[in-house]
Amino acid sequence: MPDAVQNLQMIPLNDYIFFCSALFAIGIIGVLIKRNALVIFMSVELMLNSANLLLAAFSAYRNDPAGQIFVFFIMVVAAAEVAIGLALLVMIYRSTHSIDINALNKLKW
Amino acid sequence: MLSKYIFYFLSSVAIYAALMVLISKKPIHSVLYLTLAFFAIAGHYILLNAQFLAVVHIIVYAGAIMVLFLFTVMLLNLNIEGEFPKKNIIKFAAVIVGGLILITLIGTFRTYDLEIIKNPTLNQIGLVKNLGKVLFKEYLLPFELCSILFLAAMVGAVMLGKKDIQ
Amino acid sequence: MDYSFIIYKFTLATVILIISLVVAMYATLIERKMAGFFQDRHGPNRAGKFGILQPLADGLKLFFKEEFMPQSADKFLYILGPSLTMLIALLTSAVIPWGSSIVIGGTEYSLQIADINIGILYVFAILSIGVYGIMIGGWASNNKYALIGAIRAASQMISYELAMGMAIITIVMMTGTLSLGEIVAQQHGFNWNVWYQPLGFFLFLVCAFAETNRAPFDLPECETELVGGYHTEYSSMKLGFYLFAEYINMFISAAMISSLYFGGYNFPFMDDLGLSHNALSLLGSLAFFVKITFFGFLFMWVRWTLPRFRYDQLMRLGWKTLIPLAIVNVIITGLVLMIKNHM
Repeated sequence: MPDAVQNLQMIPLNDYIFFCSALFAIGIIGVLIKRNALVIFMSVELMLNSANLLLAAFSAYRNDPAGQIFVFFIMVVAAAEVAIGLALLVMIYRSTHSIDINALNKLKW
Repeated sequence: MLSKYIFYFLSSVAIYAALMVLISKKPIHSVLYLTLAFFAIAGHYILLNAQFLAVVHIIVYAGAIMVLFLFTVMLLNLNIEGEFPKKNIIKFAAVIVGGLILITLIGTFRTYDLEIIKNPTLNQIGLVKNLGKVLFKEYLLPFELCSILFLAAMVGAVMLGKKDIQ
Repeated sequence: MDYSFIIYKFTLATVILIISLVVAMYATLIERKMAGFFQDRHGPNRAGKFGILQPLADGLKLFFKEEFMPQSADKFLYILGPSLTMLIALLTSAVIPWGSSIVIGGTEYSLQIADINIGILYVFAILSIGVYGIMIGGWASNNKYALIGAIRAASQMISYELAMGMAIITIVMMTGTLSLGEIVAQQHGFNWNVWYQPLGFFLFLVCAFAETNRAPFDLPECETELVGGYHTEYSSMKLGFYLFAEYINMFISAAMISSLYFGGYNFPFMDDLGLSHNALSLLGSLAFFVKITFFGFLFMWVRWTLPRFRYDQLMRLGWKTLIPLAIVNVIITGLVLMIKNHM
């Protein structure tokens, strides 16, 4: 598929950087403005994904497979993080009956 | 030419969905919008000719992680609209912070002339064969460590999920 | 990229779509006929000869039923649920090789819509997002039976996906490829994968029953406990979509089982017949459909023979029996392959 290669070159790499920066910024805003722990988790996922996409883009444009391998590792870490995070969330919900993270400002329960 | 349009279409879908994750009131809408964003990102991977990555991305994110989120929403029955809003001043400050980070990033990279290798073998690296060779030769130790991390996470999740542990 | 290529792919996709829909339509009739046979009665026989028009009558009836939506339902998600289920059910057929290839005027036309080199992972991805339609529908109904049905469906599908994936991995290890077209082509003649992977086949079959929510694993819609499960609140054609998607899933699962384990379009003694390439391809496609019909029959046979599992039994079977068996299967396959490669 030689077309695909030429097609790829037509999108400037900078566009990928801008797009991923925008996603990352949205993720940061999400973590800052939300009090719902679930949405905060999702914002973190969004940030991880923007980094993933940028790694894949660099890997494709620089012809280096290492970038794509790192995407796999990030995916593994993200999956582990979500498994633990959601288990914690369910625990928090059981003891406070809310997933508002501000309900956790007391150290003692 | 076509791939350029596809790129801008997928980007706008992803950014719209990402914004809707924050704007939606109900958690379930946020989850579904995030799934949409992930599908758009999978489209980007295909555009980059990393098909294997795209499929793995869908399996891991859309198929496992988001289903887990959806599951938590359903299990905890989180259907309350507009719950716990933050103060407007904090939201305003957060948006300014996020915007500043965006401006800084874009400003840094705008004039940056990135070196791109134009190589006809470019489209080969996303294939399973090549990725597998690199993964199991150069990155074997991190790969094994990742599996241990996974195992630990699984055990941890089960431990946390249990109601009473003696 | 010339136009004839696009036209050929478009025609093939349309034909396969229509075949899937017609097969699913008549599977409903066959299922009811079979139920009649197993319960010693006639089954539907009023509409047309032997009830041949019954599916059309059913479809028409569903269209004219009252369009009902619960007051408190989430309108958009309520409609999205069945649509998504239908869409995802139809997606898998793109990578299944429905026949080898047909030569017209010197050009070879493959009977597979897309021979992507990661076909198996594609199938797996579609499988893993199949749960969305049910979960969204069950949630949007705002009904506790629907919600419980949806949660059950989701946990059941997630649990059985693991064992299914590991059953497929042994096939990938054996054949050394992720492309479905390649896997089927390797099972030329009578060299079917089921002879090498009987345990894998059994695991895949059980998981396919669970993934399609068919009896004995039809707990998501178990009517004695949950009224109708995730589609309790659905009526008219939206309900029709849910029911119809189940039959399409069944058809696709039967096709997957046939192509992964039973050689797809290959049949014994295919080289000895001395037929031309095109005739052999058509005969192969016919053989494929015979296999699919047999597995479709198996789905119905099991449904009307075995009682439903209890939910804890289902989970125990999935996590404590099938997954360990699948892991053992992977280890054995790996050992055998290692010994074979070193000899």
